[in-house]
Amino acid sequence: MTMSEKIDHEELGLKVGLEIHQQLDTEKLFCGCPSEMVEDEDGTVLRYLRPTESELGDVDRAALMEAQKGLKFRYQTPESSSCLVELDEEPPHGPDEEALDIAITMALFMDAEMIEEIHFMRKIVIDGSNTTGFQRTALLAIDGALDVNGKKIGIPTMCLEEDAARSVEEEDGVKVYRLDRSGIPLVEIATDPDITSPQEAKEVAQKIGALFRSTKKVKRGIGSIREDLNVSIEEGARVEMKGVQELYMLPEYVEKEVTRQVTLLEIRDVLDKRDAKVQEKIYDVTEDLKECESSIIRGNLKRGKGVYALKLEGFDGQLRGEDGEALLGPELAEYAKKTGVAGIFHSDELPKFGITEKEMKAVEERLDIGEKDAYALVTAAEEDSKDALQNVIERAKMALKGVPEETRQARPDGTSVFLRPLSGEARMYPETDIPPKKVESTRLKRLTDELPERPDEKIERYQEEYGLNEQQSRQLFRKGYDLLFEKIVEEHGSPSVATNMFLHTYPDLEKEGFEVKNINKEELLEIFRRFRSKEFAKEGIPDILKGVSQGRSVDEALDAAGLESVGEEDIREKVVELIQDRSDFVEERKMGAIGPLMGVLMKELKGKADGEKISEILKEEIEKRI
Amino acid sequence: MVLREELLGDAEVGDKVRIKKESQSYEGILMPSHRFSKKDVITLKLKNGYNIGVVCEEDTGIEVIKKSKKRTEKKERRIEIDEDKPKISILGTGGTIASYVEYRTGAVHPAQTADDLLYSNPEIAERCEPEVEILFSKLSEDIVPKDWVTIADRVVEILEEGTRGVVVSHGTDTMSYTSAALSFLLHGLSKPVVLVGSQRSSDRPSSDAHLNLLAAVELAGSDRPGVHVVMHDSMSDERCAVHRGTKVRKMHTSRRDAFESINERPLGYVYPNTGEVEFEEEKKVEVKKGLERKGGIDERVSLLYANPGLTQEDIRDAGKKEGVVIAGTGLGHMNTNLIPALKEVIEEGTPVIMTSQCLYGTVNGHVYSAGRELKEAGVIFAGDMLPETAMVKLMWALTLDEEVEKVMKENISGEYTCRRVR
Repeated sequence: MTMSEKIDHEELGLKVGLEIHQQLDTEKLFCGCPSEMVEDEDGTVLRYLRPTESELGDVDRAALMEAQKGLKFRYQTPESSSCLVELDEEPPHGPDEEALDIAITMALFMDAEMIEEIHFMRKIVIDGSNTTGFQRTALLAIDGALDVNGKKIGIPTMCLEEDAARSVEEEDGVKVYRLDRSGIPLVEIATDPDITSPQEAKEVAQKIGALFRSTKKVKRGIGSIREDLNVSIEEGARVEMKGVQELYMLPEYVEKEVTRQVTLLEIRDVLDKRDAKVQEKIYDVTEDLKECESSIIRGNLKRGKGVYALKLEGFDGQLRGEDGEALLGPELAEYAKKTGVAGIFHSDELPKFGITEKEMKAVEERLDIGEKDAYALVTAAEEDSKDALQNVIERAKMALKGVPEETRQARPDGTSVFLRPLSGEARMYPETDIPPKKVESTRLKRLTDELPERPDEKIERYQEEYGLNEQQSRQLFRKGYDLLFEKIVEEHGSPSVATNMFLHTYPDLEKEGFEVKNINKEELLEIFRRFRSKEFAKEGIPDILKGVSQGRSVDEALDAAGLESVGEEDIREKVVELIQDRSDFVEERKMGAIGPLMGVLMKELKGKADGEKISEILKEEIEKRI
Repeated sequence: MVLREELLGDAEVGDKVRIKKESQSYEGILMPSHRFSKKDVITLKLKNGYNIGVVCEEDTGIEVIKKSKKRTEKKERRIEIDEDKPKISILGTGGTIASYVEYRTGAVHPAQTADDLLYSNPEIAERCEPEVEILFSKLSEDIVPKDWVTIADRVVEILEEGTRGVVVSHGTDTMSYTSAALSFLLHGLSKPVVLVGSQRSSDRPSSDAHLNLLAAVELAGSDRPGVHVVMHDSMSDERCAVHRGTKVRKMHTSRRDAFESINERPLGYVYPNTGEVEFEEEKKVEVKKGLERKGGIDERVSLLYANPGLTQEDIRDAGKKEGVVIAGTGLGHMNTNLIPALKEVIEEGTPVIMTSQCLYGTVNGHVYSAGRELKEAGVIFAGDMLPETAMVKLMWALTLDEEVEKVMKENISGEYTCRRVR
């Protein structure tokens, strides 16, 4: 198997679309609970979910696959951030008005067309992450667009929806969720597949993230913004990748998915050449493995379970590469696991795991394995094994055609794992418990008038108005200090001192272990008020911040830092005293003495007097002397 | 305002249409209006599955792209029935326990046929040989006292045909009224009659319908006779509580464990996942002879909620009916100024029954003077009987050829609990 060293994404016809989900910093969407993540579990509730049957008797393809895994869930119900609504024990209330305002603001940012009357829908999701078995979501706006580096990126849809419960653990095979996250408002922004390079995916996401932040009412931090990716190459298929949490890794996810699709296409070509086939027959090979050393197999046989095999005609070498590179093997295993089995063994990785050549031979004989054939083994109870191998059959057949359309879960290392087939269309029906919501023109007008400054405008303004450079302006915004910064400067001036504090002092103090996020707006304004009235010099700011971050008041922090300010007279007195002490040195070095003496003075007066002032007085006094 | 009917013209629900507005045009399937939509809004399902509402204005245009096809026939579905399993009858009367959603429109329909009910709960066939029948299909708030008699008569017929027990599926709002009525109407009952409902409609993946229905089927297959209500015991899908038909009440608007036994513990529990049925106390099965529907229902009974604003006129109005049940305050009281009016009503021959709006605990006419005066006026104090149960019982007692006060004071179907331990 050879893989072209450098992948030309354009030539492959790479198309990427993004779906960005941003948590809003409001109350929950359908109840008055605070949208806070908490540590308490409080009580738990056990629930089952089952796929519903539509009128036509069809259960959604994706829903059915989830159902195979058994649908029992446990929910932790922290009372501080969940109520009966999240538990599906009380009908939803109307949508949170503030959340709706933020969502509309985003639509205005993207020049999207507002839907005149918003209808909430129920999107069937039965992995347990919603107690109801569906996620409530409404289409809010369509046909927007963004300019990213001069290229137009289409924004076909924007939705307002509820976040799912968060998965906290798995206990005896039962998934446990906590309801604190359930119901937090999310704005979902989808882009057209206009993105054509891995790097561009990141740039678009950054742009959208910046717009979100400029509304000032979005959650920050890990998990508060999540990206889903749609990736396809020309001969491949649309693959949806869910749950990317690290924006900077977007290019890596795209690259790895492209590589996966290219590999699957190469495998398809090999299989095609070999005229490969997937037999439907499942063999009982328990007899052949009864002496097997594998502890998993031994244990299962002791419990009356068996080993079952599937022949994969023409698949030899396509499950795992000779250099150990994972090919179809993991893909088959992921499908098998959906039925609840632990995984599969396949011939490309054997002999291993306690399965010896002798046992392989017996299996090969029974399955009539030829030189180019492969096989997969599953050990479990007969019914479970057959279900698992049925899924392997399905996946192997897809391999003959190339890349299957599917939904995959992003893993932290940049790879992804099969989650479910791409959802069909029958997944949404109206949420009859929530009245549709007309977006009145008065509301649109109010939000248009109040539209926050766009990130680009703000960054430009900072440079013009405050004399910051572009990088500083950008960083203040990106780190979310822009509003605080503006407030400080508006009341007390000193833009460069404030910028320096946010961009340098803050990170330094954080590194030293001080919780600067504990310092609130009122305290910052107080510090700058006193700084402006020259109670201390800018060099004193870090020490005051340290104190305040530890819970002291600004007064206490000032005292503790020993920063009673030193007036000009006092400085002059100190300077004169020092020059007399070192008169020989001053005689000798003349103006050259300023540097060394400055060092001594700064040490003594640190934070109590402004460095420039000291230097000025020192210069004057030395000039007098010489 | 342009009304959607004017604009729609020939376009029908299900048609693929294009709606043109000044700045935008939308293509999608025409949907029935959301029941809370404004009158000038057209609901459209876009290709991505979302519904949106489009406001009709002077310059709005509509064009039918494709007429809808005739509704697709329902798929043939077969559920294997095992005739060796115990025969259980399931009598549908409505409610959300057997509703299904029409995905095209999102409308939730109650099961119209026996098959609908069975197909939305196919697990039932694993536990018994079900005989499903839809008696009628009503929301429980629309059920009237006559319906209780209809249900009772059908239950008698079915039990005589030799089934093991009967499950009555019912909307939850008035289920306890029906269970009380059946408790009095079904005389000589030696088999289980189980009322069951659901608080989350069965078209939802999280519905409680399936667990409740399975529990009801298990109980109907047991040898515990009597009229019972079976519903979730907690917010978890773990076990269902068995409540006595005369002591049960819906105590929450929306929780799945809304039903509670008042003034007594549930009689037992059913674990639907294992099929286990357990009772707090053993009860010998009395094989009674001569199952019949005893008496009828005279619906001319008022249920009056005592409150500080109640007037003499309210009392006289209520007294125009054949009987009055009062949900009194505290131990069974009401404003003493109203007692003369009450006395008039009683003297005209209308029985007046006193219960408590506290629900928990018993009424007592001897503790305070108001109680003594009410007793002297001829008000019948009904112990810890629930107000609704007392109302149903009075409706029934009025049709019997017996003295009403005697019937009301007799403990006929466990409506009185003598000992309250909590």
